[in-house]
Amino acid sequence: MAAVQGGLVDADEDKDIKTEASNDSWGNNNANDGRLLSPSPGSSASAGSNKSAAGASEEQQTLLAVLQFLRKNKLTESVEILRREAGLPEDSLEPKGAESSGAGSGGASGGVDLEGGDASSLLSRVTASSTAGAQAPTKVAAGEDQPDVNVVLSAYSQQGDPALYEVYYSGLKRFIESVLDCHRAELSQVFYPLFVHMYLELVYNNHESEAKAFFEKFSGDQECYYEDDLRVLSSLTKKEHMRGNETLLDFRTSKFVLRISRDSYQLLKRHLQERQNNQIWNIIQEHLYIDIFDGMPRSKSQIDAMSGSLAGEAKREANKAKVYYGLLKEPEIELPLDDEDEEAENEEGKPKKKKPKKDSLGSKSKKQDPNAPSQNRIPLPELKDSDKLDKIMYMKEATKRIRLGPDNLPSICFYSFLNAYQGLTAVDFTDDSSLIAGGFADSTVRVWSVTPKKLRKVKSAADLNLIDKESDDVLERIMDEKTASESKILCGHSGPVYGISFSPDRNYLLSSSEDGTVRLWSLQTFTCLVGYKGHNYPVWDTQFSPHGYYFVSGGHDRVARLWATDHYQPLRMFSGHLADVTCTRFHPNSNYVATGSSDRTIRLWDVLNGNCVRIFTGHKGPIHALAFSPNGKFLASGATDGRVLLWDIGHGLMVGELKGHTDTIYSLRFSRDGEILASGSMDNTVRLWDATKAFDDLETDDFTAATGHIHLQDNSQELLLGTYMTKSTPVIHLHFTRRNLLLAAGAYNP
Amino acid sequence: SDYKTKSGLPFCHCPTKLHFEKLAKIQPCSVILPTESMKAMAESVGVGQLQEESCVAISEEVSYRIKEIAQDALKFMHHGKRRKLTTSDIDNALKLKNVEPLYGFQSQEFIPFRFASGGGRELHFYEEREVDLSDIINTPLPRVPLDVSLKAHWLSIEGVQPAIPENPPPAPKEQQKAESTEPLKVAKPGQEEEAAIQGKSQGATAADGKGKEKGLIRLKPRSTHELSVEQQLYYKEITEACVGSCEAKRAEALQSIATDPGLYQMLPRFSTFISEGVRVNVVQNNLALLIYLMRMVKALMDNPTLYLEKYLHELIPAVVTCIVSKQLCLRPDVDNHWALRDFAARLMAQSCKTFSTTTNNIQSRITKTFTKSWLDDKTQWTTRYGCIAGLAELGPDVIKTLILPRLTVEGARIKAVMEGPVVSNIDKIGADHVQSLLLKHCASVIAKIRPQPDNVEQYRTDYGYLGPMLCSHVMKARTQAALQAQQVNRTTLTITQPRPTLSVSQSGLSGSTGPRTPSIIKVPSSLTLMSPRPGTPSQPSPPATKYIVMATSAGTATTQQVITLSSSQSASPVTSTVPSATSTLQPLVKLESGSGPGLTGSRPLQKYIVVSLPSSASSSLEPKSSVIPTSISSTSLEAGMKMERSESPGASTQSPH
Repeated sequence: MAAVQGGLVDADEDKDIKTEASNDSWGNNNANDGRLLSPSPGSSASAGSNKSAAGASEEQQTLLAVLQFLRKNKLTESVEILRREAGLPEDSLEPKGAESSGAGSGGASGGVDLEGGDASSLLSRVTASSTAGAQAPTKVAAGEDQPDVNVVLSAYSQQGDPALYEVYYSGLKRFIESVLDCHRAELSQVFYPLFVHMYLELVYNNHESEAKAFFEKFSGDQECYYEDDLRVLSSLTKKEHMRGNETLLDFRTSKFVLRISRDSYQLLKRHLQERQNNQIWNIIQEHLYIDIFDGMPRSKSQIDAMSGSLAGEAKREANKAKVYYGLLKEPEIELPLDDEDEEAENEEGKPKKKKPKKDSLGSKSKKQDPNAPSQNRIPLPELKDSDKLDKIMYMKEATKRIRLGPDNLPSICFYSFLNAYQGLTAVDFTDDSSLIAGGFADSTVRVWSVTPKKLRKVKSAADLNLIDKESDDVLERIMDEKTASESKILCGHSGPVYGISFSPDRNYLLSSSEDGTVRLWSLQTFTCLVGYKGHNYPVWDTQFSPHGYYFVSGGHDRVARLWATDHYQPLRMFSGHLADVTCTRFHPNSNYVATGSSDRTIRLWDVLNGNCVRIFTGHKGPIHALAFSPNGKFLASGATDGRVLLWDIGHGLMVGELKGHTDTIYSLRFSRDGEILASGSMDNTVRLWDATKAFDDLETDDFTAATGHIHLQDNSQELLLGTYMTKSTPVIHLHFTRRNLLLAAGAYNP
Repeated sequence: SDYKTKSGLPFCHCPTKLHFEKLAKIQPCSVILPTESMKAMAESVGVGQLQEESCVAISEEVSYRIKEIAQDALKFMHHGKRRKLTTSDIDNALKLKNVEPLYGFQSQEFIPFRFASGGGRELHFYEEREVDLSDIINTPLPRVPLDVSLKAHWLSIEGVQPAIPENPPPAPKEQQKAESTEPLKVAKPGQEEEAAIQGKSQGATAADGKGKEKGLIRLKPRSTHELSVEQQLYYKEITEACVGSCEAKRAEALQSIATDPGLYQMLPRFSTFISEGVRVNVVQNNLALLIYLMRMVKALMDNPTLYLEKYLHELIPAVVTCIVSKQLCLRPDVDNHWALRDFAARLMAQSCKTFSTTTNNIQSRITKTFTKSWLDDKTQWTTRYGCIAGLAELGPDVIKTLILPRLTVEGARIKAVMEGPVVSNIDKIGADHVQSLLLKHCASVIAKIRPQPDNVEQYRTDYGYLGPMLCSHVMKARTQAALQAQQVNRTTLTITQPRPTLSVSQSGLSGSTGPRTPSIIKVPSSLTLMSPRPGTPSQPSPPATKYIVMATSAGTATTQQVITLSSSQSASPVTSTVPSATSTLQPLVKLESGSGPGLTGSRPLQKYIVVSLPSSASSSLEPKSSVIPTSISSTSLEAGMKMERSESPGASTQSPH
């Protein structure tokens, strides 16, 4: 432990200032956050600030709401700063003068567009922490009503004749069904958000029976992938129910994003204006964000591929930020000479073996990868001697690695947990595959050694005193031989353990639990070192950074947090998801974090400034598995819908869909060289996919990149290399050893 | 009033279960708790006279909250990586809402709510048994649940899944069946995946096969039958153990054949082994080996992962040989070859039932074979016995149409031997066996089809020499059926166990049932099963099925036999209460090899009773009036029991005539 901190002194100093500065802001944010999570966020004020923290949108309205909130709370200084930053005219805050603020909207949008990286003041951080480079949607803002806080927060207060809702909706339905085929698919996207908002309006205004009738009449028309949300919606029939219902809050506070071509949009607009259909027009303007693009309207399949998330598709702007997806340069480690001698005999094999490594690691070459972040963008811990030894081991193993491919499939070794009685909730392997850890519903964490080397504890302090510290085998002497066993139990949590992760150096283990804590365990003493408190609700997942020291956690409070092992408070909070953060993954270069959520989106966050740099939509169910390709370019995600989606991080595009699983995918893993993607699922199968082919076939021409329109061919069957049924064991974890042997794990369910 | 207190509890849980089913097909604003429940609950906490309006308001609110909690609980289920929602998920969901969890509802399994209506009221209640504390105290402690452990196996080796017990069977039974019955038909879409496992080439053809089905005549891929070294070793070990002298080893081997999933590849070898073995041993009159071989056939048939259709051409002749062969043993007057014939006949009937189709016509061909040799006057008594046994096992219909009409002729033949001049002892024994066989099988059938009253003279004119005996058997069958009907109403079965060594312990069905004690009631010397019928006599509940699991404690073998005592009216008697048990026992006693999931999955009414019998101890279950001697040798339980039973008329303590 001391060694880690020692090694990190520089890094810490480096960061100190930044952490200091950010600690304030995050602390503050934390307070907001607390309110967000309070069971009944009834007060309008908290919901308002909430919104800014959530960073759902950057619209002027929100800004004004924040300003008013600050003013109400007598934070005049902050008001001034924010106002200046945002470039708002002073009078825009006066409720009376609000009408004239239409002119100010342009300025506001410009001002909001801050550079997140070096911003230091609290407010800029708050605003910039959400989508970087977001611009105020002028289209929507132009037609906006009064930017009054009350309008923002109780958006449904407007009254319409409840009897006419059905007429309006079916009128629009008739219109959309009658338009040209090419527009129909695009315009049909409007149905779902419109349906939801109209229903909520009815409920909000206490027209219970009309709401019920409306739901019954039109719920059948909605796309099947919204079924879960509709189910939630259907149970909600009273105004009182809306209070405290998170799903609802999301619908109200975040604008549903649609992508529609200009032609189609004009068509819709003309229709609504002709018909004087203000009710619908108002909803579209207030609750929908229509992202208009020039060009051909999209086809139904294109739309279906991207839709399905809780709040519509991602805005195109959201995925424009530059992402440094390249890998960091590997530290130069000279192989010790005696090792060279060992392998000297197969001299000619060596250069050949070196080559694949260069390919796979990419950054091994001398010149810097243009897509790689600078080496010290995120301060990383310095390598200790033991880490260097491990690196050498890794390189030696890598030379013995099997080249996988469609004709050379990996062997799969399955670790079954017996007698777990449905209690196994999480599994992790160490990188060198020597240890396996399981988290259980009975709050315990168990660690097994899968090599003949047994697990031993360090001796007690009294005994350690007796040891000759000068001796060569001191590391061996400090271990207590009496405690050697194949497995150890770690007790400390008070709820099911949902996430588990080994540190890269195998000295620590992280576990996250229903009890709201993340715990750090020492694998030397097999005791708990730290309990990280911050998430007040179940923590669904946690993972160590590939370089150690940092880790990320995400949970029911919809926030992912970045921690360093030696800080008891989080360094960054990634907020923006509209529902539980279900899984978290570090990018191989430790500069980014990907999170999957129950809102059916995947977000990529920049660790440096906490910005959300990518939003991927397309899954139709909560996301339970994420995996980065070893070269850092691609991301694979698996969800309860049984599909694996592949994403190009650089372009921010969906590049593949792998269909085959019939149940939730709980585990995804790329082989060490990235040729094979393995997926494990609740349907008791491990499937192998040809990742090389999936990514080779990409045609990311300029047009696709610019518009984000994708044509996915359905080639799942060609890409599927193998399906391996277990007897009755859901596959909940996968791991490729350094030699590309696939390890799978799950609990046998007789 | 007892129900009242209970009725409050289920409402907390029951609706959530209900809703999942309902919501599956989005029923908007669907289910709302009845207001009567609100009233009842209000009363139970001392609030009387709740306004109707408030009831409605409360029930709507409660329904909504329950749905909300259920949705949250689902989240926990997903993260717990389970498919089943448990009570702990609900507890956790309540915790999220800052509500105190409901303590004391820890259940891994489905909570069996019972429904009852009467007096204009409808109630859901928990079934709570009355448990005698002394029973619990005296019951040996259940096995301590095992600790979590880790086990590694190869799921795939370079892309190929090895056929080991840890992996699912390489070719599922349906596929084997499809292959053998419709060899040219491509695997169905659902099976494509499995086909893909077996090799890329096959997978590819399966994937595109559907389109080409009509246009191309596909050649059936030549299947290779090369065995790996491990498989060869296994085959050698198994066959040696099966015909070897060590009974414990044999039991283990048979158990392996009956349960292991990876035997598909070895099936042709096994079938050849059996048919060759029978051929040789019939000539040598080696009864023991023939019995061993038949037990192998039985084990193969019991294996749920094997489909034997392709190998019947080898197996059926072997089995039929064991039924009808003139001589099966060296000393026909002493050795009990009759049991082998009975056992083989039962095997034959089983394979007819499983494999007979309109194309292969196994049953009719077999029937013809049996009838033909039976009708032949020169047929020996042994063969005659085999033919009749083979036919009788095929079911009451066959008995009715083929055996009953010939009773007179057969009776005359028996009379000639029994009462005529002494020809040979062997013939006499043979005739005796044939007689009791006929009586056994025919009596129950006649009892069903012939109207009462049973007149001895009438029987004599109808059935000749066998008439009087048949008459008494039929009467016995009738009284016993009547007795049975009574018994069913009470559904009380008393099994007395004369030996104090009988211990009742919990069924350790290889950990599948988990530690659940309360369903087992143990009385040291007598065993009383009460039907789990609650105090709701108005409700005709479905007949309770009971299992008696008998396990031998022989070595490592875990052979467990389950006797299904079906107490439904049609399939009359509860087995062991029957005086002439043997005649009626057969259709009722179902022997299943244990450890199947089938035992656990069904309705909550079932009870498992494990009767562990010490090895080679002969224990008898003595119901009311009679004793069924089920002397059970340590391992050959299955065959042993069946043989003993079929023998029993001979050794009849219970067929008094």
